[in-house]
Amino acid sequence: MTSADNLQAFKRAGRIVVVGASLAGLRAAEALRGEGFTGSLTMIGDELGEPYDRPPLSKQVLTGWVPADNTKLPRRRDVDAEWLLGVPASGLDLANNHVRLADGREVPFDRVLISTGVRARPWFVESEAALDGVFVVRTREHAEALQRALAAGPSRVLVIGAGFTGSEIASVCRERDIPVTVAELAPAPLVGALGAMIGDVAADVQRAHGVDLRCGVKVTQLEGDAQGRLRRAHFDDGTTVDADVAVVALGGIRNTDWLRDSGLAAGVWGIACDTGCRALDLNGLVTDDVFVAGDVARCPNPIYEYRLISLEHWANAVEQAEVAAHNMVSGQADRWPHLTLPLFWSIQFGINIKSVGVPTFADEVVVTQGSVPDHRFVAAYGYRGRVTAAVSFNNAKWLDHYRRLIETAAPFPPPCPTPDQPADTKPVPVDFPGPALLAQGATVVVTGHDPSERRVTAAYQHR
Amino acid sequence: MTTTQTPDTLRRILDYSSRADPYPLYAELRETPVARQEDGSFVISTYREISDILHNPHLSSDTRNLSCPTEGMQAEGTPAFINLDPPEHDRLRRLAMRHFGPPHTPGLVTGMEGALTTAVGHLIDDFAGKERIDVVDDFAYPFPVAVICHLLGVPREDEPRFHRWVDDLINSIDYNPKTDPKEKLDKGVQARKDLRQYLGGLLERRHGHPGDDLLSRLANDDGPDGRMTDEEIVATANLLLIAGHETTVNLITNGMLTLLRHPHVLQRLCEEPDLVVPLVEELLRYEPPVHIIPWRAAYSDITVAGTTIPKGAQIMLMLASGSRDPNRFHDPDRFDPDRRDNQHLGFGSGIHLCFGGPLARREAQIALGQLVRHLDRPRLVADPPPYRRSPVLRGPIHLYVEQGAA
Ligand SMILES: Cc1cc2nc3c(=O)[nH]c(=O)nc-3n(C[C@H](O)[C@H](O)[C@H](O)COP(=O)(O)OP(=O)(O)OC[C@H]3O[C@@H](n4cnc5c(N)ncnc54)[C@H](O)[C@@H]3O)c2cc1C
Ligand code: HEM
Repeated sequence: MTSADNLQAFKRAGRIVVVGASLAGLRAAEALRGEGFTGSLTMIGDELGEPYDRPPLSKQVLTGWVPADNTKLPRRRDVDAEWLLGVPASGLDLANNHVRLADGREVPFDRVLISTGVRARPWFVESEAALDGVFVVRTREHAEALQRALAAGPSRVLVIGAGFTGSEIASVCRERDIPVTVAELAPAPLVGALGAMIGDVAADVQRAHGVDLRCGVKVTQLEGDAQGRLRRAHFDDGTTVDADVAVVALGGIRNTDWLRDSGLAAGVWGIACDTGCRALDLNGLVTDDVFVAGDVARCPNPIYEYRLISLEHWANAVEQAEVAAHNMVSGQADRWPHLTLPLFWSIQFGINIKSVGVPTFADEVVVTQGSVPDHRFVAAYGYRGRVTAAVSFNNAKWLDHYRRLIETAAPFPPPCPTPDQPADTKPVPVDFPGPALLAQGATVVVTGHDPSERRVTAAYQHR
Repeated sequence: MTTTQTPDTLRRILDYSSRADPYPLYAELRETPVARQEDGSFVISTYREISDILHNPHLSSDTRNLSCPTEGMQAEGTPAFINLDPPEHDRLRRLAMRHFGPPHTPGLVTGMEGALTTAVGHLIDDFAGKERIDVVDDFAYPFPVAVICHLLGVPREDEPRFHRWVDDLINSIDYNPKTDPKEKLDKGVQARKDLRQYLGGLLERRHGHPGDDLLSRLANDDGPDGRMTDEEIVATANLLLIAGHETTVNLITNGMLTLLRHPHVLQRLCEEPDLVVPLVEELLRYEPPVHIIPWRAAYSDITVAGTTIPKGAQIMLMLASGSRDPNRFHDPDRFDPDRRDNQHLGFGSGIHLCFGGPLARREAQIALGQLVRHLDRPRLVADPPPYRRSPVLRGPIHLYVEQGAA
C-alpha cells in the first residue's frame, strides 16, 4: 500500500484488525475512525465485556470506593467495529494476512494492530499459586476477587514485590487497617524503577504507615492448610510470616507467545517497532502492515540514544495508539513519530508520585526542589551530565519544566536555585540493581554469510 | 535570539487608548518573545515562552524577590498565596482548596448549580420590557459578587461597602507613579486596610460558631496541615474576594460583547445550549479577563528563548498575547467555539493555576446561556464599548444593549 490511490481506497474500504481490545486497542480504534477510516474494523480480545481501565484496579477498586465493573473506559466516539471477544488470537499469518483465533477461525486483514499488553507474572509454583488466598492483579476479575478477600478482614496480607502495583496494594491495606507485610528482593521498594535514593524514601513512607517491610529477602514457599487455604509464607532467610492473603506483584509477562511463528521481532521483551509503531520483523526490518501499541510495544526513543524501550504506562499506551492509528491510514510522507517522553503516575500512602522521562537511564540523581523528609519534592535524574528524567512526590505541577529540560538535553545537575530549595543539593549515584538482575538469555541466532543471505531466527528458551 | 527593546509597544499597550483592541500590538510584541524594557524588566509575549515561565521553578511570585519593586505592589501584612512561593504557597493553597473543591469538597460547584441559576434568574427577570440594559451594572457585576459573598459568608447588606473597597483596590493595582495621582494609591492602601479589618471582624465571630461558609470552615479546620492563622485567613479571603469579583465580570461581559459581534454564534447558542461549554473556553482564549500577569521575579538567572534574565528582574507575562500566538493556535484571531485544541492561558498555568476556574466557568456558562435566551433581539449600542482603565484585568466598564422592537 504505497500509492496515494491505494491509500484512499484502503481508508474507504480496507480491513483493519486490532488484536487486544483494551486501552491501546480501543483508543486506536477511536483514532482510526477519527482519521476518517470507514472500512471494516474488527476488535479481537480474549477478555469478555467492554474495555476497562486498569489503574483503578490497584487503587479505588481495592479500597471498595469504586466497584470493579465501574471502570469501563469512557468512549470518545463510536468505533462501529465488529467485536470478537472471549477468544484469544493464537497466531498471525503474514503470508496470507490473517489472524488465527484459538477456536480455529481466521480473520483476514489488510493492516493489523497488535496491542495485547501484558499479563501478571504468576507465582512460580503452580500448586502454591492455586491456593485459596493467593492473588495477582491485572484484570477486573482479579481486583474484584482481591477486594472481596480484603473486605472479609484478613488477619494479614503478604504482598510479594514492592514495585508500583505491590506498593499501591500495601497502601490500600493500611488504609483499610489490615496488617500487611511487604517482601521485596531489592534493598527497598520502587528501587527497580526509581533507584536507591527514592527507594529509601519509599521505604520510610511504608514503615511510617505501619507496613511490615522486609527487603533483601525472597519468598521461597507459600504454605497451605489441609483445605487448600494459604496460611504461611517462608522466606529465604529462614523466617516465616502467617498470612491468609498473598498478592503476587512480580510484574508482567508480555503477551507475545501467540506471535511465536509470525516472523516478527517478538519475544519476552515485547514486539520491537519503529517510532512510527510499525513492527520490525525478526531481521529487524520494518514491516508495512503490522503496527504495535501499548504495553506490548518496544519502541526506540531518540532522546535515549535510540534505545528500544518498553513501558507499562497508561499515557504511553494512549499516545502510541494514536500515532499507530494515524500511521495506519497515512502515506509515508505524513507519518508521525511517537516521540513523547514517558510519563507515569502512581498514588500510594497519600502521596502522588509522578515521573517524566526514563529514570533507569541515569547514573546520578539529585533533589532539586522541596523537602524529602516532608515527602514533597522533585528529584532530577542525570546521565553523563544531562537531565534524563525527573520524579516528583506531591509536587507534580513542576514536571513540565523538567520535561523541557530533558527534551533540550539540559545540563545535569540543573544549576540555579529555586525558592523552595532542598537542604541537600548534591547529586548521588542512582544505584539501580545491577544488570545481572536484568540479563536475559540469548533470544536469536544469526545465520548466513553473504549480506543477501544473512537472517535471524528466534531461539526460544524454556522458562 | 537577541532582545530588542520594544518599550514603545508596551507603553502603547498600557496606554488607555489601546484598551478596546490591544491585539495588533500583541502581535507586534510577539516579534520579540522575550523583550527587555528600559527599566530592566522583561515582557514575555509568546505562548511557549509564557508557558515555560509559568512552569519554571526558578521564578518567584513573591514581590519581595524583585530587586526594585514598584511602589504599590507591596501589600502590607501577610501576602496571600497568589504572592507566595512554595512551600508556603502550597500549604496555604492546600488549606484553602480543601474547602473549595475536590477531593475534600467535590460537590462545591455542582452543589451551587441551583443557587447560581436562581441568582441569574432574579437579575434577568428585571430585564423584561426594559429597552436598554447595561450588561455590566445590571448583570455581570452583581452576579459573581453575590456568589463570592455567599461562598465566603459575607452578609448581603455589606456588599455595597465591599464594592467600594474592591474598586479602590483594583484601581490601585496598576498604579503608575509617573502618570497617576498619588491619591489613587492612597485610596487603594486604605481600602486594603478597611477590607482586612472588616474580614477580621467577620472571622472573629466565626471562631467556635462554625457555619457552612468558607470563613467558618477555614477558622475551624482540623486537617492534616493544621489551621491557617487568622491573618492568613484574612489574606486568603481578601484574595478570593478580589479574584472572584474582578475577573468573572469581564468574562461574562466580554462574552456578551463577543456574541453580539458574532450574531451567527449567538443564534447557535440559543439553539444548542450545550455550545456554551466550548464557547466559554474559547472566550477565555479569545477575550480573556486577565490579560497580563504583571509580576513574576527571576529568583536566579534564567534563560528563556536564548535570553538571560538576571536574578531579581521583574517579568511581565502577556497571557492574552500568548493565547493568540499563531505558532500555537490555528487562525488565532478567529473566534471559533468549535475549536478543539484549546489549551489557552486564560487561567494561567502551573502551581498558581486559577483556583476558581471551575466556579468561574460555571458562572459564565449559566450567565451567558440564560442571557441569550432571555434577551429579545439584543443590539450593541456602542462598538467598541467604553473600557475600564486596567490593561491587566481588561473589560468594558459598561456594555449597553438595546432589545425589543427597534
Ligand atoms: C493494577 C494496575 C495498576 C496500574 N496503574 C497505573 C498507573 O497508576 N499509572 C500508569 O501510568 N499506568 C498504570 N498501569 C498500567 C496501565 O494500565 C497499562 O499501561 C495499560 O493498561 C496498557 O494498555 P494496553 O492496551 O497496552 O494493554 P492491556 O491493558 O494489558 O490490554 C491488553 C489486552 O489484550 C488482551 N490480550 C492479550 N493477549 C491476547 C490474545 N492473544 N488475543 C486476544 N487478546 C489478547 C488482554 O487480555 C487485554 O485485554 C496499571 C496497570 C495495572 C494492571
Ligand atoms: C473568569 C474568571 C477568572 C479568571 C480569568 C482568572 C484568572 C486567574 C489567573 C490568570 C490566575 C494566575 C495568577 C498567577 O499565576 O499569578 C489566577 C489565580 C487565582 N485565581 Fe482566578 N480567575 C478567575 C476567577 C476566579 C475566581 C472566581 C476565584 C475564586 C473564587 C479565583 C481565585 C483565584 C486564586 C485564589 C488564584 C491564586 C492561585 C494561586 O496562587 O495558587 N479566580 N486566576
